[in-house]
Formats: sequence, C-alpha cells, structure tokens
Amino acid sequence: MSDTIPIALPSDPPVTVELARALGLTENEYRVIEARLGRRPTYTELGVFSVMWSEHCSYKSSKLHLRQLPHSGRAVVRGPGENAGAIEIGDGWLAVFKIESHNHPSYVEPYQGAATGVGGIIRDILAMGARPIATLNSLKFGDFDYPRMTYLVRGVVGGIGGYGNCVGVPTVGGEASFSKEYNKNILVNVFCLGLARKGELMSASAKSVGSAVIYAGSATGRDGIHGASLLASAEFDSAEKSKRPSVQVGDPFMGKILIEACLEAFATGAVEACQDMGAAGLTSSSSELAARGGLGIELDLDKVPLREPALTPYEILLSESQERMLLLVCPGREGEVLSVFRKWDLPACVVGRIVAENRWRAFYRGALVADIPVNALTVDAPVYNRPVKARPVARDYSHSSTLCKSRGELEHGEVLRVLIGSPNVASKRWIYRQFDYLVQSNTLVEPGGDAAVLRIKGTQRALAIAVDSNFRLCARDPYIGAVAAVCEAALNVACVGATPVGITDCLNYGSPERPEVMWEFARSVEGIRDAALALEIPVVSGNVSFYNETDGQPIPPTPTIAVVGVLNERAHRLSSYFKRADDAVALVKGGKLRLAATAYEALLEQKRSGVSFGWVLPPIEPELVKATVDALSEAAALGIVSSAHDVSEGGIGVALVECCFNPNGVLGVEVSLDGLDELGVGEALFAEGTPLVIVSLPEANLERAAKVFTDRGLEFKTLGKVKNEPKLTVKDLIDEDCNALWEVYHRALPRRLGEHV
Amino acid sequence: MKWGVITFPGSLDDGDALYALREVMGQEAIALWHADERLYGVECVVLPGGFSYGDYLRCGALARFSPVMKSVARFARDGGLVLGICNGFQILCEARLLPGALTRNRSLSFICDRVALRVENASTPLTRLFSVGDVIRLPIKHGAGLFVASDEELALVEKRGQVLLRYVNAEGQATDEANPNGSLNNIAAIANETFNVFGLMPHPEHAVEADLGGEDGLKLFYSLVAEDR
Repeated sequence: MSDTIPIALPSDPPVTVELARALGLTENEYRVIEARLGRRPTYTELGVFSVMWSEHCSYKSSKLHLRQLPHSGRAVVRGPGENAGAIEIGDGWLAVFKIESHNHPSYVEPYQGAATGVGGIIRDILAMGARPIATLNSLKFGDFDYPRMTYLVRGVVGGIGGYGNCVGVPTVGGEASFSKEYNKNILVNVFCLGLARKGELMSASAKSVGSAVIYAGSATGRDGIHGASLLASAEFDSAEKSKRPSVQVGDPFMGKILIEACLEAFATGAVEACQDMGAAGLTSSSSELAARGGLGIELDLDKVPLREPALTPYEILLSESQERMLLLVCPGREGEVLSVFRKWDLPACVVGRIVAENRWRAFYRGALVADIPVNALTVDAPVYNRPVKARPVARDYSHSSTLCKSRGELEHGEVLRVLIGSPNVASKRWIYRQFDYLVQSNTLVEPGGDAAVLRIKGTQRALAIAVDSNFRLCARDPYIGAVAAVCEAALNVACVGATPVGITDCLNYGSPERPEVMWEFARSVEGIRDAALALEIPVVSGNVSFYNETDGQPIPPTPTIAVVGVLNERAHRLSSYFKRADDAVALVKGGKLRLAATAYEALLEQKRSGVSFGWVLPPIEPELVKATVDALSEAAALGIVSSAHDVSEGGIGVALVECCFNPNGVLGVEVSLDGLDELGVGEALFAEGTPLVIVSLPEANLERAAKVFTDRGLEFKTLGKVKNEPKLTVKDLIDEDCNALWEVYHRALPRRLGEHV
Repeated sequence: MKWGVITFPGSLDDGDALYALREVMGQEAIALWHADERLYGVECVVLPGGFSYGDYLRCGALARFSPVMKSVARFARDGGLVLGICNGFQILCEARLLPGALTRNRSLSFICDRVALRVENASTPLTRLFSVGDVIRLPIKHGAGLFVASDEELALVEKRGQVLLRYVNAEGQATDEANPNGSLNNIAAIANETFNVFGLMPHPEHAVEADLGGEDGLKLFYSLVAEDR
C-alpha cells in the first residue's frame, strides 16, 4: 500500500499556491510541503497541512520563546507538550491543569464560542486520565457603551454557564475586565483542573504497533472546519460574521457522558493513550499521538461516525465537531473498551491502527487519500524566529510630587465610590451567580475571594487556584505587566494560605507578523520566566493565542496567568474578608507604591481626557513577592493571621472596603495611612503595588506576625482596627458607610447590564 | 436505613448525594442505574440534581421514561419514600408523582446562590425534625425552578399542607424580593398528597458540612432517617 500515491477525488479543487494561500499557508510553506512530500499534495493533504501548520496548532512563532520558561521542578510529573501539565500534590494525588483561549469564536458567536471553550479544556484534562473538578475563567470585554458589548457579555457568561453547569464541573472563580481596547476582540480564557491518582496518568503517546485507534463520542459534522487555521490563526476584519460556520457547537450532555465513559474505559487498563479531538480534530489528535510515540498511524475514514453521509475526507479530517475523543487501545482488548461506551449509549468504533512506519495515512472508500510523514505534520512543522521591534516604553516618567493637584476637586470618598462602582472593580457576582460552583462538593472558598479553594476528599489538603492578568500594566510595559500577572496570581493563592506549586499561562496577543507585537510577546515571556524563576514555580502547560486584532488594531499584550497552590491543612485557610471586630489591620508591603497604570489613573484620565499624569512605573521585585508568599503561608500555618487580601485594582482603599464585606454581616474598619507618604497620604489610598497585602489578626499576635514578615525584608505596618460598626474611616480622608458601599459594589454590574436589582 | 440514588444519563449531583449519605451521615446508600428496573430493597429513593438527557427537551421529560422510573412509581404508590432534588423534582413532576411543574426562572438565567427557606409543615417525614416557621439556609442552582400549578391545584396543595418550604427573606417573610425564580407562592419544596414523595429545588446534599455551606441539609436527611425508626 505504501508505494501507492494518494488519489485526488473528482470533487477536489485543483491544488495551487493560491489555494494554499486561501487556506492560510504562505507560498514558501507551500513549497516546503511539496519538498517534504516529493510531489504535489492532494487537496486533502493540503487541508491537513494548513491546519497542522497553523499558528494555533504548530506554535511556529512562539516556540522559540517558550523554551525559556522554567518547566521542571521536583513535583512536576508532566510538563508542556502534552494535553496538560501535572503536578504531585501529596497523598498520592496529581493536579492536572491547563488554561486555553477561545477568543475569536466567542466574539463571532459568544454563547457557543464560550461554551465550546469550556468543553475543549475539560476534555484536555480528561485526556490525561484526570477527573475534571474545577474550571475558572478570565474574561476581557470591551466598553459597555460599545454596541454589541452587552450581547457579548451575556452570551459569553451564558455559554460558560450553559456548558459548565450541565457538564457537572463547577466554575469556581475567575476574573473579568472591561476596557475599550477589547471592543473588537474580546478574550475568553478558560482554565480547568483535574485530579488523577499518581501512577494512573493517561499517556498521549502511541506505544505499540497494532494498537487500535478508537473514536468515541459525537458523530462528525461540518462544524468548525478550519477553526484552528482561519478563525484562530488570522486577524479579524469587519466581515467576522461570515466566519460563524467555523464556530463549533457544544453538547454538554454528551460532554458529561464522555467524561464518565472515558474514565470508566481508562479504568479497564486497556487504553494506552488518549487525546481530545480539539483544534484540527481527527487530524491533530491522530498525528500527535503517533508522533509522540515515534510511530505511524492509518485511518479508515469510512469507519468514522458521520452526521451526514456526504462528508468528504477533507471535511472528516478537518472537522472540529465537539465531544469526540481518540483512544489508542492495546491490540486485542478493543471489546472491553467498546462495551464501556455501549453501556453509556455512546457511539464508539475502531477507525484505524498504529503502524511502525512514520507515516500518517488516511483511506477513503478503499483508496489512499493522504500519505504524509508524521513528523512533517508535527515536530518538523515550520518554526519562525520572527523579527521583533521594541516600541518605546514609557520609562522616562519623572516622579511628580504634585499629585493631589491633578486629582483636582474630586473628594476622596467620591473617588472611592466611583472606583468600587466601576465594572472592573465592582463585584462580579452577576457573572458567577450564573455558574454552578458547588457541584462535586469540594468548594471551600467560593467565587469572590482572592483564590478559589477546593478540598481534596479523603485528605486534609486543599487546592487553591487563582487566575490573573493586568492589561493596564502590560499595555504600559509588557515585561513588568507579565511579572505582575505571575506575582499577583501567586499572591492571591498565598492569601488563602496556600503554597504555589504550578503555573499555566494563556498568552493573548495581536499578529506575530507585526514586529512590535512579537516584541511584546518576547518581553512578556521574559517577564513570566523571571517571575517564575524567582518564585520557584514551574510553568507546566499553556496556550498561545495570536492574531487578536481587528481592522489592524491589536489588543494590548495580555498574558493570563493561573497559579495552583496547595494547602496542607485545609483548616489553616484564610478568608479574604475581616473575621471579627477588634482584630488589628496591617499592611504587608515590599517595594514601592504605584499610581501609574492603576484604576485610579484610568479614572482621572477619563475625567480629564488627554491629561497624562507622568506617574512612574516602579519595577517589581519578584524576590519580595516570594518573601511575601512564604511569609503568608507560614503565618497561616501558625494560625496567627485571620484574613489576608491582595491589594489589586483600585488600590488600598478599595481593598479595605472589600475586606469589610464579611458574608455573615458587613463589618467596619478604622485606619490611618500616616507614614505611607511616599506619594502623599491622599494618593496612597488609591495606590496599587506588588506585593501589597492587607492582613487582619488578633492584636495579641501582632508582634509574632510582624516578625514573620519583617524577618523576610518586608514592611509590616499596622494601620488600625476592625470595627463592628459598618463604617470605613481613613483618618483625615474617608468616612463612609460600608452598607452603602456594599450596595454600590454589588449593584454596579447588573445596573450596567440594564437589570433591576 | 438503606438509600438508593439514581444515576440518569446527565445526573450531576448523584455523587454528592451518595457522599452526603455515606461519608457524612454513615448511612447505607447504593447507586441505582436508570436502565436497571430493580431497586435492590432500598427504603428511600433519591432522584438527584443535574441535567438528565441534557434537559434539551423539557427538564425531566425524557428521564421519566427510564426503566427505573416504572419501579419508582410503583414504590411510591406502595408508600415508599422518594426524594427528588432539583432535576429530580422536575422528573417527579413530569412523572406526575408530584403536582405542578417547574419552568424557566423568571430571570431566564441560571441561578447559583444560597437562599433562606421557611419550614411550612413540620409533620412530614422530610421535615419532622424542624418546627413550623424555622428559617434554614440551603443552596439553589437551577435554570428552571419556577414552580407553577393551576389555580385549583395550587389551592389544594396549599390547603392540604403539601407546601414544605418557601423562599423567604432574612426575617422569614415570603416576599417577592426573596423569591429567586418567581415560583408561585414562593414555593421551594412540596410533597404529594400522601406525604411520601418529596420534591425540592434547593440542594440539601450541598449543605451537610460546616465548612462547605452549613449543615441545614443534614437535618432534612435525618428527618427521613427518623421516619425509619
């Protein structure tokens, strides 16, 4: 068979350079394909190359940079290159996790785009042999005043809930921002974590010649063809609606059944390897499974379950229909696995075999229609060292000491109310109230805290998860912004008392063909690298999303960072809100306070458009963040701290307000910011910083706690006291009713969405 | 007491119900499979939360035709205890083992939250450990929890004391603001005429541990156990 040349079908269009270009390949890439094959590709083969060599599948522009990231660590069981990363967390358990983007599909069709984003990442975790136990999301929307934005917000939130709630995996946290830079290119990044027993991780590499290739799940339809190449790997123009057929449609019920059936199939011990048919569907899953094992694969396309009979080989191979898994099963044990799927009423059948020769072959109606070296599709796909061009970074800001003047006539209390009522700062309850965050009975800290906390049943341990990004900082300086995202996610995890153990990153940028964007990307990766090294947290998985631009306008560089942490004793976890009156309130601080690239600055700029304040962007010292993380985890284990809350969007004042929102009854606080006057006390109220954490603790523990932090070179400054009376008092600056602030904080988002609350 | 928790295709809280019964309460509890008619001598059948068959048709409309539901109907007619939670409640209404129906929330959105509920009838097997007027807190998480019934049916349900729990505010008043989904008369849980079949939209199995949202759900399960003695 192997000497035969694959045939073209009568319906195939002629293969030309123009066709290759229309499929997203460059002329040069087309020439390389001809050289690798030693002949002209068939239409089917050209389609296969176009998706496998797309940016989305091949990482051709990012690969060289990503190599710098620290991947190893004592606890790392699987690093990048597999379906997800895996970290040992104790008691024989592995945490398996990854974050992924579904940006363009969500902009074109928000409900299905977001829904299938959730489904896809869940199946990546499932493919590792882990039971998915939680998802989180990071959402970037545009300005509410932008025409389609309310529709997009409702659609995305509805889609995440629609899929997540029905598939039985709780949506336990996340973040959402709103800014005009994302008006024409919203971001939907979804994180999923699963648990697997040590030693029971599923492989993603073919192992033995003769293994059966089993297709399980939904039948293949025409949806999602060229999702990976034309939708995910190209910039948008105003005609994005015409791309709607490239968006897949989700079936969460099938997704749920697939989870149960696959886990049961894995338990038979007959499954050697597994992969989700995600981007580039059957093509990528089959070729990647074979490539990792250094083997080949033959597919019989006539066996693939189809929704309609007329699908061509091209369509079958490129379809991105959802809820499909590809399993490699030990020769002779196919029956055991197929009977599990039968029990769950799920279509499953053998569609091919693993072969020794390094070829990827597809047969259709008995004829060979594709015959490609496996490596040409995978490890030998093009890699580009794209040109970079630094764009000027505003480092030359001089320190201004006349800050109060620029705030002008605005009174502190008013600024605070405006900030906590702004969509970026306000409560995201409107969003997470539409998500089931309780199913599976593990959720110890629900959405709204610094990090989600999930218990691990049968142990005393718990996992903490936070996702973070900082588009304002990244827009100003992609390096500092990336460092900040890693540090903030690590601090969020530390604020519940956990020790960070692993990072997964989702890197969202404009077109890599623009040298300025490539520079932003390179600087971001360097930032993540430096922060991860300093914090000693390995990056075990990730995803790159380029071409986030519309009509030539790229989004700001947006690396989204998820950090997973472990709490050895779940009883030691800290809340983000104050626990009781009379506790002392203190600020943990390393490095300088910052007004540049804060919510406060954005507010002032909005009030007086065109005015730039010339505030400096101080460097972040990840070593001080590491010290804070260690100190928080020690303080939590010693039981000397009651609560900890990371100061982020909105600054110290907003963080103090959030600390007062104890769900069992709003508390108050009385503090003085005297001595935080490097900026002037009035501005310190709205300053952000990294690391900057508000802790509360019994007064009797002050001395011991101070030592834990100051011994590590951090400032520990007592600010005041928690009060029973729900009043926020900041000496000389603020005197506000916390219940009124609670109303502003919780009603802002529904109000922006036009709902009565 | 021996419990059975049914798994329909698309059930989601079946594992959580089993966990609550076995691990938290130390009860004997087995998993029942939708395609298997046998009930294996259980004394209480639980229909768990979730999205059976994806709820792509009406919620619960397909699950009621599962083979196991024939046995559940027979078991209920013979006076056996049946507890439907959320999707289980929807299935029991579809199977006409409970009056009324559950339709889309008035907000048209899925709601996950903790709500206050007032005990309306404390002399049923599900509520006997409570007193009338007790206010408890349980989580809800559903997209179709709006309880409806015809005027006559509703009047009868009220008159016979079949309403077990009502959505209330912190002060225990059944106000419109405290009604999360628009249910008629703020109804959150009901019983059948013979008080052995129960349906509730809130999730007691998610309120059985102090550090995971409180223990008010435990008392409902223990009420059923007390019935056994």
